[in-house]
Order: sequence, then structure tokens, then C-alpha cells
Amino acid sequence: MKPAEITDAAFETEVVKSDLPVLVDFWAPWCGPCKAVAPVVEELAGEFQDKIKFVKINTDENSAQANKLGIRGIPTLLFYKGGRELDRVVGYAPKSELKKRLDSLLSR
Amino acid sequence: MFELTLTQEAVAEAPKGDRYDLIIIGGGPAGFTAGLYAARARVGTLLIERGVPGGQAAVTNHIENFPGFPDGVGGPELGERMKEQAVRFGLEVAAADVSQVGLEGDLKVVHTSQGVFRAPALIIATGTQSAALGVPGERELTGRGVSYCATCDAAFFRDKTVAVVGGGDSAIDEALFLTRFVKEAVVIHRRDALRATRILQDRAMANPKIRFAWNSVVEAIGGHEAVETVTVRNVKTGERETLPVDGVFIYVGLRPNTAFLGDLVKLDDRGYIVTNEEMETSLPGVFAAGDVRVKGLRQVVTACGDGAIAAVNADKYLQEHHYST
Repeated sequence: MKPAEITDAAFETEVVKSDLPVLVDFWAPWCGPCKAVAPVVEELAGEFQDKIKFVKINTDENSAQANKLGIRGIPTLLFYKGGRELDRVVGYAPKSELKKRLDSLLSR
Repeated sequence: MFELTLTQEAVAEAPKGDRYDLIIIGGGPAGFTAGLYAARARVGTLLIERGVPGGQAAVTNHIENFPGFPDGVGGPELGERMKEQAVRFGLEVAAADVSQVGLEGDLKVVHTSQGVFRAPALIIATGTQSAALGVPGERELTGRGVSYCATCDAAFFRDKTVAVVGGGDSAIDEALFLTRFVKEAVVIHRRDALRATRILQDRAMANPKIRFAWNSVVEAIGGHEAVETVTVRNVKTGERETLPVDGVFIYVGLRPNTAFLGDLVKLDDRGYIVTNEEMETSLPGVFAAGDVRVKGLRQVVTACGDGAIAAVNADKYLQEHHYST
């Protein structure tokens, strides 16, 4: 399932104010590891459908949130719950690692 | 920067079973060259890679010294092409992390995050990973200004000031690359002369955006949401200085990825795998190729050579032990 692309302006409503926990995938078109992790995130989005919301932010077009959140490398995956960042993964990670973090996000 | 296009062949691979003639752990130049030679020899082969193809080559922007490319080649692009070439000849690839390797008689049993795979022959091509400085702030601020890959992260430092730690080819190469983005790059090196190849040294010295902090070591990296400072100590005078920087790029060496092997094969005292000229390890049927081996020169070109030799010898091993290939 393809995560929805959101903009800096939508971050507050889509991520911070979300009822469900959210995985935010910060990426850019020129980033190799971002392309490698994208299908993994898509698979997980399908598996965690209705339990966790998955969104993507293209940092080439939306740099404000990334800058504010101290993101200086991509891919960076942010794990949000109740309006707060609970976890973050920088760089490509295999599906098993990301699944572990998502399970943990649900149980907290 | 380059446009990454994955061809149909490069994407259409996945393990089709759990038993192979040969398993290759690691998808850098050594692993994929071994995979290419094995596939062309019609050896049923699975390559396991946990990240993007290319290994250390994939984290450098531009490779000028790999033969056949007068204008150089992009690191990630070279990795992708090596994978595509091997897959075209029938190599299977699994996206998985290897946790350990065991033995069941002659079979090598590879435990991964995507299941367990078995084969009578094994090539370990797991390469190395960047050494950390081990200073306060480094782990906490990784991805928040601390980086081990300029190619990956330079775009976040446009018109900013960054520190580059190290004095070898990687540090200088990447510092030069960073000058396309940053306002200033300070190279922090613990001696008063660089180890880098002469041509790189000359370019760095001539670049107005690069300055040097000689005889200096990093003591701490500071910042809250992101990197704000780096504290250095002069090893000759003992003087400390805190420099305002937006990023710290660390290139202080590489460590072999062999912890997962336990005592399966003989390692040297730094963890590199001991092999002979035929890439044979201390365990029959297990070969090693690339940066993970004890060797003099670690380059893409030597890794490829190792991969080819390991694959041909793995094939010979399989023939001699009466397995059909």
C-alpha cells in the first residue's frame, strides 16, 4: 500500500494530530537508500493498515519540517504517537527491523 | 547525483527455495562479482544483502579509479549495475540480515531475518563498516548532523559549515565533494600530514572552502535537535577549542563485519578473515572475498578480483565433492 505524500503545511494535522500512530518517511528522489526502503515501507503499510498511518515527505520540496526536527540525513523514518516522536530510524533498515519498531510503537 | 532506474531484471529476484549450491553473504563488489561468475558457471547461487547494493562503493559519490570509466562512475550506480549484471545471469538475491552461520555436516546453515538457507559452499563478502569516533554526542546526533556518508547527506548542508574528521582518501575525497554544497569544510586530522593520495591532497589544499585543523582530535559533538558544535583538542598543545558547525562527517577507518561468524573461521586480531591466495578460509567450502579479508589493498577493483577467484574456487570445490552443478 503506497503511503500518502504530505507537505510541510499538512504535518500538524496529518501527523501530530493523528488519532492513529504514524510512520513518517522523509525521502528525496536522488537518494538511493530511500528508493531501497520504499517498497519495504509499502509492504508494512499494507500489513499495518488501520492500525498505523503511513505518510511520506519529499525533503527536496518540503525542507521546513525536516529542518525543525533535526533531520540531516535520509531516509529518516519517524515514529509518532499521541503527537510525540517516540522513535526514529536513520538510513536503510531491513523489514524485520522496521516491523519490530512498528510493533513496539503499537504497544506503547 | 544520478537518476536511479531499477530494471525489471534487477527487481525480479527473490529466494526460490532454501537449499542452494552456493550462498554469498554480502552484496558489494566482491559479492556481486562472485555472484556473476557463479551464475555464469551455472552454480545455483543465493546472494544475501541487507542494504543497498555496492557496499562501501555505494557510499561514495564518484569513483575515478575503477578501470573502464575514463570519466569516473557514480558509486551507487556502479553497485546497481553490478547487481543487475549478476541477476541477469540467474543470481537470486535475498534482502535479509544474517545473524549467524552454523554447520550441519558439510552444509553451511545461514540464519537470516528472512529464513534459514543451506548450501555446501559459502562465500563471505560482508566487507566493512565505518568506524565510529566513540565520543559523546556522536550516537545521539547520528542522522541529526553526524554522518558517515557525505554522498548521502550533503544536500542537508547547503551553505553551512561542517567538520570532516580523518586524513585518508575517504576523508579528503568526501570533503572535496562537500564543497559543492557547504560554505566551509574543516578537516580535523590528528597528525600534521594527510595520508590521502597525493592528487587528492593537492586538490584539497587548493580548495578555498577547505581549511585544516591539524594535530587535532574530536573530544565531543554538541547540539540539541541537531549538531551545533564540535570540541577538538590539539594533541601537541593540549588546547581545547569548540567550533560552531552544522555537521560532522566521520571518516576515521573501517571495521570488518565478522562478529556474526563467531569462531566459524580464523580471523586476525582485528577481526579480518584469514585466507590464502585462493580465497580459502580455515573451513573447507567457506571462502572470503573483498574488504573483509586480511589483505593489503582494499579497493573496488581488488574486491572484484577476489569475488571472481572465490566463485571459481567454490565451483571447483562443489565439483570435487561430487555435487551436481
